[in-house]
Amino acid sequence: MSIERTTATLPPAISVAGLRRVYDVKPEPVTALGGVDLEVAPGEFFGLLGPNGAGKTTLIKILTTLLLPTAGEARIFGFDVATDSRRIRRIMNMVAGGEQSGYGILTVREQLWMFSQFYGLGTREGWRRVDELIEAVGLAEQRVQRVSTLATGQRQKMNMARGLLNDPWILFLDEPTLGLDVAAARGIRELILDWKAAVPGRTVLLTTHYMAEADELCERIAIVDRGRILAIGSPEELKRRIQRESIFRLELDHLDGGAARLARLPGVVSAALAADSDAEAQRVVVNLVLVEDAALGAVVTALGGLGSQILALRKSEPTLEDVFIELVGRGFADGADDTDGAGGHAGEDRGSGGGMPATAEVVVAEVEAERVEAGR
Amino acid sequence: MSAPAALAGSPGRDPRADAEWSRRRVLGNNLRALVGRAYPRIRGMAGEPSWVLFEILLPFLTTSAFVLVYRALAAPEAYVGFVVLGGALSAFWLNVVWMMASQLYWEKSQGNLELYFAAPMNLMSVLLGMAIGGLVMSSTRAIAVLVVASLVYGVAFDVQQWLLLGVVFLLTLTALYGLGMMLASLFLLWSREAWNLANLMIEPIWFVSGLNFPVGRLGMLGALAIATIPFAVGLDAMRQLVFAGQASLLGTPSPEAEALILVGMTVVFVALARWMMRTIERMARGRGSLSIRWQ
Repeated sequence: MSIERTTATLPPAISVAGLRRVYDVKPEPVTALGGVDLEVAPGEFFGLLGPNGAGKTTLIKILTTLLLPTAGEARIFGFDVATDSRRIRRIMNMVAGGEQSGYGILTVREQLWMFSQFYGLGTREGWRRVDELIEAVGLAEQRVQRVSTLATGQRQKMNMARGLLNDPWILFLDEPTLGLDVAAARGIRELILDWKAAVPGRTVLLTTHYMAEADELCERIAIVDRGRILAIGSPEELKRRIQRESIFRLELDHLDGGAARLARLPGVVSAALAADSDAEAQRVVVNLVLVEDAALGAVVTALGGLGSQILALRKSEPTLEDVFIELVGRGFADGADDTDGAGGHAGEDRGSGGGMPATAEVVVAEVEAERVEAGR
Repeated sequence: MSAPAALAGSPGRDPRADAEWSRRRVLGNNLRALVGRAYPRIRGMAGEPSWVLFEILLPFLTTSAFVLVYRALAAPEAYVGFVVLGGALSAFWLNVVWMMASQLYWEKSQGNLELYFAAPMNLMSVLLGMAIGGLVMSSTRAIAVLVVASLVYGVAFDVQQWLLLGVVFLLTLTALYGLGMMLASLFLLWSREAWNLANLMIEPIWFVSGLNFPVGRLGMLGALAIATIPFAVGLDAMRQLVFAGQASLLGTPSPEAEALILVGMTVVFVALARWMMRTIERMARGRGSLSIRWQ
């Protein structure tokens, strides 16, 4: 029976109900997941979008059987993560951004072969699969190079090849393009899309805080913050939610009192600093959501009163970041000030997005640049 | 990157059916995982020849020091043989404590541990793979120390029960590595504390095991070591079997009796290791301590 026919009868690829996870740490327990419900269909490309500390990695760890939930239930293709971990491990794989797994003394080819043995591939089959995947990810020139000498992007390509060794039905990707340059990130994204498209039923769960990446790759997205899912839908559906308002992108030379000052003005639904703001370079970018266009007058007047000079003003189509701001009341760049309550400690998640072009806009620009390049 | 055949997989399968493996496939997976994990260890030996200095030449100096002391004190010549055998077998103990028990702790800090757990094989296979990889290195060290010491110090071996010697050697290794697996579980649970404890325990264990002298000289303490530490009982039995005429100097139970003790230890340690590995995996999943990143 083909997978196309059986997909309809399969249980959900991911099914999560009332999932809670509390870390018993000092000085007080941290609630990383505060009651999550989620269902992902077989063959779906699903994204978890949220800032550092949102609980994305905790959810992935539970789904990949590395962590037990404190309460609630999670299933992968109907198998319970708590009691059926062995079966789940046979049909899934995972890749994390910045992953440093393996042994530096081995060559790329040897390292991948070693991992192929962990999935029970025969010796010859393992070498064949390794060689094919090395070609597929574009590491042919580095195949006999020691792992310890690989550049970041090359290493992540190798990690991706590792994640595909067992031809998993469900692939968990935790910030897979973290720290990569434009070309390397594009290569990874294309590889994931190609791999998923090759066989119906292959499912991907991607966590990212690059909104453009989620927008580009995911069929549906859950916006997560402080251990809770705030909204689920396709990128278009999520954007439509806030299209009733007017959205502007405002560039200023400075803004005394921060975006919060604008948020209090009449007619302003929300105001948040964009991730590409650079106060030191006298360039403050504010994403404004207004009840209607007419409310802009009050904002301009207020800015005049504050002595801020408007460098640029652009009406925006809603982005996922706007959706996030609408739902959460702050942007990613406003800091993961989630040290209290659910969501845990700020910056725990591989360095709070620092050291990375951690801006939705930068990634948008990258994706756009790639599209232009691809169109040539 | 294009979409080559490597990405196409085997269309037509079903994820639920693919999750069901036969016993044969499970066994095959575990055996392959064992070979896979042994590979980096053996590859490391070939790739980093500096281990010859650290694993053979330097330990040989310690053995030599005791040989010279015994000769200076005009101790029975058999003591030189006892020291040489102890020096050779210490490699296996170090392999258990340093390379096996602590390995899961290091794998965790490298980010490998969560990948091991996320793979379908049994973690015991990984530990055995580490052990076998380490065994190659330890055996090389043991043989090198024995050969060099024999040539330099003229140690004369007198083996009359080769079969029993082989059995005792294998039982010692099995019991030792069973203990190593148990310790690996504890390391996973206690991480750095266990590492510090292991460092702290090396010298006392060597002392009560009689690494450089017959353990029988320790009286009750030696008897206790023989009853509880596989290295102590294995080393003593092998001394009796390798230097057949010198057993009276040792003052310990017969090698046959010690072989039985080793059988008991093997059963207990391997069974406990299996149980602890499962229990501690469950605990580690509960506590979220399988990886450095915890959220």
